[in-house]
Amino acid sequence: MAVDGSLVGRAFPPTRPYRVTDEKVREFAAATGVGWESGDPVPATFPIVLAFDAMNAFLDDVQVELSRIVHGEQKFSYARPIAPGDVLTATLSVASLRQIGGNDIIGTVSEITDDTGAVVCTTSATLVHRAAEVA
Amino acid sequence: MTLEAGAELAPKTYPVTRASLVRYAGASGDFNPIHWSDRIATAVGLPGVIAHGMFTMALVARAVSEWTDGAEVVDFGAKFTNPVVVPDDDEGTTVTVSGTVKSVEDGLATIALTVVSGDQKVLGMPKVSVRV
Repeated sequence: MAVDGSLVGRAFPPTRPYRVTDEKVREFAAATGVGWESGDPVPATFPIVLAFDAMNAFLDDVQVELSRIVHGEQKFSYARPIAPGDVLTATLSVASLRQIGGNDIIGTVSEITDDTGAVVCTTSATLVHRAAEVA
Repeated sequence: MTLEAGAELAPKTYPVTRASLVRYAGASGDFNPIHWSDRIATAVGLPGVIAHGMFTMALVARAVSEWTDGAEVVDFGAKFTNPVVVPDDDEGTTVTVSGTVKSVEDGLATIALTVVSGDQKVLGMPKVSVRV
């Protein structure tokens, strides 16, 4: 099923506020082989935890199965470093949509804001929604 | 450390096994079954279980942090051009990250990266800017 073209420009509801903790950052860093200690910089790709949450809600909403999604591209632009104690929310919007070879190429932008409403990180993703039948 | 334009950064090689992927899935919340089930990965046309693109990017961020002693990352991006296929054995595969400092200006160092698994480049135009 192709994704509906009218989604372009639509913003999805913000994710519930997420509190960044030392324990979660340590777990994330350890998963990439990094021994993280309190006060160390938070790994650069940590905001994906928020962005992925927003993407899951988006895929549920448009009834796309996660297993049919392959990641095409990801970009992060950071307004400031994330730190434990931050309470963050991601808001995803659909920036572009095109079809190539029966696959949907979905461009999303997720803005990650703190509890003052300030943008902490903007991250864009290209999601390839693979066609159900292999040609 | 001092980053100067033209500097080559020593390549870093990291192991990637099925266990790495399971652990990353749990830590990141990305439970896409193409990263843990051969059955589902092959059913959607992949050669087998592949690493999360974001796991590969996290390893790149690790290399950058090691090279720059934890410098603040301002921009970071890559295309996922080839999958990192991870066999179900004890060795798994590896990801190797190398970099060249392209420019240092206005307090930002831009590093062009090359990221390979086996002999194949797996990321397209991976680039990072850090505050120096």
